[in-house]
Amino acid sequence: MSARKSDIPKIRVRNLHKRFGRNVVLDGLNLDVGSAESVVVIGGSGSGKSVLLKCILGLIEPEDGSIEIDGRPVIGLPPAEREIINRKFGMLFQAGALFDSLRVWENVAFGLIQGESMDRAQAKEIATAKLAAVGLSEAVGELWPAELSGGMKKRVGLARAIATEPEIIFFDEPTTGLDPIMADVINDLIVKCVRELGATALSITHDMASARKIADRIAMLYKGTIIWNGATDEIDRSENEFVDQFIHGRAEGPIRMEVRAR
Amino acid sequence: MNVLQPIGRAFRGFLEATGRLTLFAVVSVSHCVRPPVYPRLIGRQLVDIGYYSLPVVGLTTLFSGMVLALQSYAGLDRAVAESVIPRIVVQSITRELSPVLSGLMVAGRIGAAMAAEIGTMRVTEQIDALTTLSTNPHKYLIAPRLIAGLTMLPLLVLVGDVIGVFGGYLVSVYKLGFNPAIFLKFTWENVDAIDLTSGLVKAACFGFIVALLGCYNGYHSRGGAQGVGAATTNAVVSASILILVSNYLITEMFFGK
Ligand SMILES: Nc1ncnc2c1ncn2[C@@H]1O[C@H](COP(=O)(O)OP(=O)(O)O)[C@@H](O)[C@H]1O
Ligand SMILES: [Mg+2]
Repeated sequence: MSARKSDIPKIRVRNLHKRFGRNVVLDGLNLDVGSAESVVVIGGSGSGKSVLLKCILGLIEPEDGSIEIDGRPVIGLPPAEREIINRKFGMLFQAGALFDSLRVWENVAFGLIQGESMDRAQAKEIATAKLAAVGLSEAVGELWPAELSGGMKKRVGLARAIATEPEIIFFDEPTTGLDPIMADVINDLIVKCVRELGATALSITHDMASARKIADRIAMLYKGTIIWNGATDEIDRSENEFVDQFIHGRAEGPIRMEVRAR
Repeated sequence: MNVLQPIGRAFRGFLEATGRLTLFAVVSVSHCVRPPVYPRLIGRQLVDIGYYSLPVVGLTTLFSGMVLALQSYAGLDRAVAESVIPRIVVQSITRELSPVLSGLMVAGRIGAAMAAEIGTMRVTEQIDALTTLSTNPHKYLIAPRLIAGLTMLPLLVLVGDVIGVFGGYLVSVYKLGFNPAIFLKFTWENVDAIDLTSGLVKAACFGFIVALLGCYNGYHSRGGAQGVGAATTNAVVSASILILVSNYLITEMFFGK
């Protein structure tokens, strides 16, 4: 039974289609993420990386295709069942998405207090421990999100994502907008937290240094589908001209940046 | 060419918007009556809407009562004025002015704040974050505001009724030189249960409208700061119009024959 269970990918996406009006964003995307695996999806800005995550989280309804979590189809579930599935997830949002009407520790403890009905004193203890795990002191817990720097916001967002000890964690551009040193600190924290929890991780980024550091496997999203996917150390030998252009950051190549106004 | 086409399109847009709003209202109301409830959040909204709106509502109704007395006196014979003005003041205040003006002022104060707060939460992905933390945004954000709007506006209007009549009293006694005892006697005689009830029903309805449209517009805002600004404007304008329309309908229900 358990041997068979590990064959089922944690996340399985098949033939996913999503468009906004005439703007086709995802066009038949397939992706598997195995249990306790860390997959990073790379792709240019506006290529639909965030849309992919939001489809898996149930925040956006795709037009076609299937998404399975632990072998269970999740598209179109009623809200109450969706809430139960969402307990398996933690998410670090691109801009943090911290609740600015709540103190930092209340943000971190949110999933415990609201989602799991834990009492506030106990939740605060756990929140303080999670803040310590991302290198923030107890005093920071008493601040408001507006009082934090960019790097601190990412750390708090990370602490909030791991507070409920989820099985699956999503990272949306965890290093964007940070200086290279802080970016590396965040990368290390992500690797450490994911490893400690034994969690499955799906990250999206356009920062190759970050991708190389946190990924077991890298997949490249272009024009709505995954055009290449392989182990992290294979990416330099991909022999795929799209991937080569992207990882070397060249303006010239098969990928044409669409800079015209829509 | 075809003049009917734009009209038809506008009408369809209106129907669609009405449908979306109705659906939003049904979902949110269903969360008001199902556990879990968030007493902490409801409490905060009750204080925000009820307590902090008191000065605005008090000033509005005070000056309305005062101007009513002054205007009515201009067209009246002194002999009848002393019995008629208290009646005009108390009836106009309890039936119309206190509920409608309080509703409009609260739409400007609370509806705008709700749209701005929820709209900002939408464009900064805080609402998405709520969902991923297994918390239903309708239950966490919207239900407490609807409950507070529905319960607090009638209380505010009751206070407004008293202050409005007091405004009429001030002008009648200190400016027009009426006898205070006679003013109070005629006021008391003209307090009518149906006037008070209709005013409170209106207030509850307006409170619901203000909270619903504030939340709805904020919840569906898109883009950045500009989108939130548009949501705020829409919340106030649409709530004000709906208040005036439903005011007519409720008046028709109570007094139209
Ligand atoms: N809610 C939405 N409504 C309309 N268009 C959207 C929405 N979300 C994303 N898009 C469009 O989808 C495309 C991909 O966006 P996104 O996934 O955010 O890109 P990125 O890969 O940079 O994360 C963009 O063209 C964007 O305009
Ligand atoms: Mg993105």
